[in-house]
Amino acid sequence: MDELLREYMPILVFLAIAVALGAGFLIAALVAAPSAPDAEKNSAYECGFGAFDDARRQFDVRFYLVSILFIIFDLEVAFCFPWAVALGQIGVFGFWSMTVFLGVLTVGFIYEWKNGALEWE
Amino acid sequence: MEQNTTPDSLGHYGYQLVIMVAQSLAVIVPVLVSLAFILYADRKIWAAVMLRKGPNVVGPFGLFQSFADFIKFVFKEMIVPAGSNKVVFFLAPMISFVTAVGAWAVVPFNPHWVVADINVGILYLFAVSSLGVYGIIMAGWASNSKYPFLGGLRSAAQMVSYEVSIGLVLVAVLLCVGSLNISDIVYAQEKMGVWFIIPHFPMFVIFFVSALAETNRPPFDLPEAESELVAGHMVEYSSTAYLLFMIGEYFAIVLMCVMMSILFLGGWLPPLKIMPFTLIPGPLWLIGKALFIFFLFAMVKAMVPRYRYDQLMRLGWKVFLPFSLFWVVLTAGVLTAFDLAPK
Amino acid sequence: MLIQAIAFYGFAGIAIAAAFMVIASRNPVHSVLFLILTFFSAAGLFVLLGAEFVAMILIVVYVGAVAVLFLFVVMMLDINFTELRQGFLQYLPIGATIGLILLVELLLVLGVWVTAPDVDAIVAAPTPALSVAHNTKALGLLIYTKYVYLFQASGMVLLVAMIGAIVLTLRKREGVRRQDISRQVARTPETGMAVVQVASGQGLVGAEYYVGPSARDNAIHQKAGE
Repeated sequence: MDELLREYMPILVFLAIAVALGAGFLIAALVAAPSAPDAEKNSAYECGFGAFDDARRQFDVRFYLVSILFIIFDLEVAFCFPWAVALGQIGVFGFWSMTVFLGVLTVGFIYEWKNGALEWE
Repeated sequence: MEQNTTPDSLGHYGYQLVIMVAQSLAVIVPVLVSLAFILYADRKIWAAVMLRKGPNVVGPFGLFQSFADFIKFVFKEMIVPAGSNKVVFFLAPMISFVTAVGAWAVVPFNPHWVVADINVGILYLFAVSSLGVYGIIMAGWASNSKYPFLGGLRSAAQMVSYEVSIGLVLVAVLLCVGSLNISDIVYAQEKMGVWFIIPHFPMFVIFFVSALAETNRPPFDLPEAESELVAGHMVEYSSTAYLLFMIGEYFAIVLMCVMMSILFLGGWLPPLKIMPFTLIPGPLWLIGKALFIFFLFAMVKAMVPRYRYDQLMRLGWKVFLPFSLFWVVLTAGVLTAFDLAPK
Repeated sequence: MLIQAIAFYGFAGIAIAAAFMVIASRNPVHSVLFLILTFFSAAGLFVLLGAEFVAMILIVVYVGAVAVLFLFVVMMLDINFTELRQGFLQYLPIGATIGLILLVELLLVLGVWVTAPDVDAIVAAPTPALSVAHNTKALGLLIYTKYVYLFQASGMVLLVAMIGAIVLTLRKREGVRRQDISRQVARTPETGMAVVQVASGQGLVGAEYYVGPSARDNAIHQKAGE
């Protein structure tokens, strides 16, 4: 287990330094920069108009569809990683096993394509 | 690092910690400084293509322009919009910055010159680069303003779409490597005697374009398309909060250049193992290759008009995804049929 | 090991605290952000167990994909959560029942570690060190050969999810002009334009020149054929 610590501790340290650096930048500006807020300056930018309405609103369902499809393909890629590493040892059977899996998902992909789920208008 | 003899002594851990901090700083600081000049180079190349002069006032040939910009950012007023969600508003640039910097922990510059030599290095990179999208969505939402909101939304869908093809490109390369360790990718190319760009040239092109899209570089800079969304998710940001976004973006861009050099151009390997090439040390080869790819990035920025959103989504889902999937199966098929897959 | 104990309690403590904040925080966006923190801590725990592949996949899939969808939903659906909260007491019996069932199931899972017949052998089986067997490769050797049916079944599940998502969310809008790139590329000067001789003082007779690109092409072909 010591091996794990030796491999992953540097990542934690690295991330900690990155956080410290980022926070340092933010704090530097908070300390060094002038601060004179007023109502106009702090209002949301809207090309010269006063902002009307809350900006957060309902949105096209297509964006959810894209992110759902992304989850599915991301899982597909996740399944591919151990396969790519082990292909030399699992040989022909492993190859066809994955080809069938990808084939099933390709059926779904063709279904999406034909249904126009990938069209953006 | 040497083998651990007295595991529970506190002094031993302190010593290791100091080494880790030193190694991390030895990566972060030079990259940060060279970013200043890469930013300058980006602007100069862009200007040269347009027959302009570009930055030429601060220092000789304007070389210190980026440092002047940095100082200016620190002394600018930090504006926090009244309607914003304060915590998330400041968390967003931090996440953008930390994820972009954090990915560098696993980049090998030479054999054993790497901060964290983990077995699943490629997966770590893939994971960290998939987190970059949070900075943008959170910035878009926290600002509570319309342009950032639209920019964040666009960007999230865009980055997510191209990540799938990046993943498949990685799988295609890994098939020829048989390991998820990043250094092993370079060793595999050394053993094969040929860089992966030759057998995998189409994948190199797909990775290049996807890297542009993933880092929101032109021609895929739709989240911040200034003619429609002003500056997208960064509209409400000023001072160092904006700076963090910008540095994070460039960290990610240069990381992509380095990754392309490692995956396809043989990392620290010289092009031929003969006399004049082997004199130059490995890290210089890696840096040279990465800079060349950055030059290509800058030229693309200068020359290619911006994509429209539907074209962007079409390219990602209908061209890159099916093609890279096909290529993965093809590569695996060839490797299996001729029994070439690494054992 | 001191450091390992510190890391374990750190990750575990953060995971539990963040999981509590997921249900306790008022703002749903904050809930999702705490959920992400929980995932991260869980990934840290996996790393401590030596399961580095699972840890990275947890981040790639759950943090990089699933939580993005969650964020999309809570940020952009604009649900009034205070209104949803009104029904809290009303749904309490059902919620409590489900929670209870989950608890019993978890206890059963833990119980298996005591009651299963060959439990001693499983517990005693050592996890090989990472230098001996990379767990990514070990997984690869098993998933696609020994567990091939389960693997294909998971492919089917993904297929169903894909089709389900499309059936539920796809709305076709009418009257949208889509770009057809092959048609654009196939256009030649001959099909795209025509030189027309206009008699002086007459102007262009007939409205067929002004009725949209494809209709105009046809009209021009007709003219050319005359």
